[in-house]
Amino acid sequence: MTVILVFIVSAIVVALWWLVRQGVTTKPWLATGVAPMLQVGPGPSNQHAGLGIFIVVIGGLFALFGSAFVMRMDTEPWSAMTLPPVIWANTLQLILASLFLHMAFNAATRGDGPGLRRAAMIAGLATTGFLIGQLLAWREMAMGGDGLTTGPAASFFYILSGLHGLHILGGLGALGLVATRSRADPDRLTLGLGLCATYWDFLLIIWAGLLVLFLGWANQFVDICRGLLT
Amino acid sequence: MVNVSHQPDANVPPAEVPDVHPPHAHSWLGKWVFSQDAKYIAIQYSCTAIAIGMVALVLSWLMRLQLGFPDLFSFSPEAYYQFITMHGMIMVVYLLTAIFLGGFGNYLIPLMVGARDMVFPFVNMLSYWVYLLAVVVLVASFFAPGGPTGAGWTLYPPQAILSGTPGGQQAGIILMLVSLILFIIGFTMGGLNYVVTVLQARTRGMTLMRMPLTVWGIFTATVMALLAFPALFVASVMMLFDRLLGTSFFMPTLVEMGEQLSYGGGSPIVFQHLFWFFGHPEVYIVALPAFGIVSDLISVHARKNIFGYRMMVWAIVGIGALSFIVWAHHMYVSGMHPYFGFFFATTTLIIAVPTAIKVYNWVLTLWQGDIHLTTPMLFSLAFIVTFVNGGLTGLFLGNVVVDVPLSDTMFVVAHFHMVMGVAPLMVIFGAIYHWYPKMTGRMLNDAMGKIHFWVTFVGAYLIFFPMHYVGIVGVPRRYPEVGDSTYLTAPVDNLNAFISIMAFIVGAAQIMFLYNIIRSVWNGKPSGDNPWNAASLEWHTPHTPPRHGNWGDELPVVYRWAYDYSVPGARHDFIAQNDPEGPAMPAHA
Repeated sequence: MTVILVFIVSAIVVALWWLVRQGVTTKPWLATGVAPMLQVGPGPSNQHAGLGIFIVVIGGLFALFGSAFVMRMDTEPWSAMTLPPVIWANTLQLILASLFLHMAFNAATRGDGPGLRRAAMIAGLATTGFLIGQLLAWREMAMGGDGLTTGPAASFFYILSGLHGLHILGGLGALGLVATRSRADPDRLTLGLGLCATYWDFLLIIWAGLLVLFLGWANQFVDICRGLLT
Repeated sequence: MVNVSHQPDANVPPAEVPDVHPPHAHSWLGKWVFSQDAKYIAIQYSCTAIAIGMVALVLSWLMRLQLGFPDLFSFSPEAYYQFITMHGMIMVVYLLTAIFLGGFGNYLIPLMVGARDMVFPFVNMLSYWVYLLAVVVLVASFFAPGGPTGAGWTLYPPQAILSGTPGGQQAGIILMLVSLILFIIGFTMGGLNYVVTVLQARTRGMTLMRMPLTVWGIFTATVMALLAFPALFVASVMMLFDRLLGTSFFMPTLVEMGEQLSYGGGSPIVFQHLFWFFGHPEVYIVALPAFGIVSDLISVHARKNIFGYRMMVWAIVGIGALSFIVWAHHMYVSGMHPYFGFFFATTTLIIAVPTAIKVYNWVLTLWQGDIHLTTPMLFSLAFIVTFVNGGLTGLFLGNVVVDVPLSDTMFVVAHFHMVMGVAPLMVIFGAIYHWYPKMTGRMLNDAMGKIHFWVTFVGAYLIFFPMHYVGIVGVPRRYPEVGDSTYLTAPVDNLNAFISIMAFIVGAAQIMFLYNIIRSVWNGKPSGDNPWNAASLEWHTPHTPPRHGNWGDELPVVYRWAYDYSVPGARHDFIAQNDPEGPAMPAHA
């Protein structure tokens, strides 16, 4: 459970730091009247706050899967698998999608309509390409002998890449809604694109974390943690 | 006392979030069925939770029939396991979690922090409907071939999906897992709303340290649930893969009925870690809202400010944080490195410190208070006593050497029913008696309330105190019938019969409670706006019950905390949070 513990402890430390900044050491029974504002300048929008919390929840979800993966590695038999090369093309597409969403957000901030549409379109296409590429990766793996039930590593790959893909699909739906419903309202459009860009960045980081797990790059780190704990 | 603005109306800061009136529903369906008003959603959540809770109550009766009178009512072991499993899961997840967070959370958070509604009303509505779908899927398993799963509420693999377990190779376990997944998705939608509403939509002057402890409890429990429920989600999804697609995440190599199964190499211990990473915080996800609510009830009905407010807030947060590093104390008998056992025993016992702080503060709030023995107060007092009793037996089970012999006996059943069943239910009842007048504009019948309290309180003790003894004697849990044995004597059989009779009586009292709730909607005595003379914001809405948008044309401004009771020099024995005047004469800090 090392992965989730690191995640939870980090979340708790951030939460405690935030609480201290919010004045949880004040004595409310001594202070009447309208309290002075603690925050200087405008705070995050409801949507940004909501997305932030959602990202923490989904981050925890993947951290738990990561913990399960690491624990399962300890139990024999554990057969490592070979990732198909198309994975790298997919990764590149996800990076591009994230970059172009940021460009779309910047264009929306500048009021550059054509640039916005172009960048958002490319981001959407790259994301769709990523999803199709993931399906191809599944097919290649299955044809190469790494089916869903062949070994635990392959099972984890299918379940985690599938779940990641579902989250991408949900994001694509949200991007579609932003593009169609907020077209007439520049502020809402900028807000929506900013949220999508953040969400894509987050899913890119999650994907990078999954690659680190599947490629075995984290094994040394896991060994160190295990040594410390045992 | 320090007036931080010196002049009540001076220097009122602008609202951090612009006041937005929520869109009003125009159709009957939009108002009553697909309502986006958190108050309606709260009532929908509560009604659904109570309805499914009644199913769990009936299941407990069936179990007690079997245990108390095995010669008269003999259910098959399979049926008994199904009763146990469904009773446990319904009570823990679909009743307690749903009613505390979905019910009280939805009703009280916007009103207590001075918001018009939850920040994402549409998502909030979706949350309820996904929860209802989860309940429907769960109930559907009763009618599926083979019936519901009988794997125990912990759903431990490998037995949960093997043919020897009821529903293991049929639809029962699948429907249970799907229902849990749906519940978690629905809860996440609601939970995001509760957290963001507390963070973003508090009205002017409502600092975090002026929030009532009810909001602190629900807020912290929601944050915990958002981090803990994903563990159950992960476990459920992986087990569903094992059951439906033949993966071996949790399934080891095993032979069933002389035949080797296709599974191999999976680790059931991984499931246990995931389950209890959710399961232990779940205890506090239920307990923290109860702590918060009971703090407010005691303060209001003892006409005294809560003792040690800051410490109460820190204790809530501390318990929430600590509860994530104690999960493996549920796995002592699964075996672990002795250092781990020591670590988890230590962290488990450390949690007793903030918990004890809360208990002392409740007692010190009562000390020299003007205690009104109203029905909500009676339930609050019962909660404190019950929680202390349940907590003390928890100290036994937190120690590895004591836990091992007591594990899997009725002692454990008695312990967790006291601490996680009876105690939170006392708070739920107290809270319903307390806030019902705000929800309906009418009082619940007090005579029926008092009868309900005494039968429930005394009855619960007559059920669970003897059960501790039965467990110490050695009666194992999960056994439908122990049969003849050398160490179980006739008095144990008699106690089992007595416990069963008390269970029927306590259950019947709950039916009277439901009758009181329904009858009082139309026939209850009109309550007025603030029948308990409470100071917190929800009692000072322009209308009772509050209308959509809660606050009429203007949001309230908060000038003080929620616990100004019996302030010397004040016009009344309470000062409302939105009252700018305060005491007529300056009071000494």
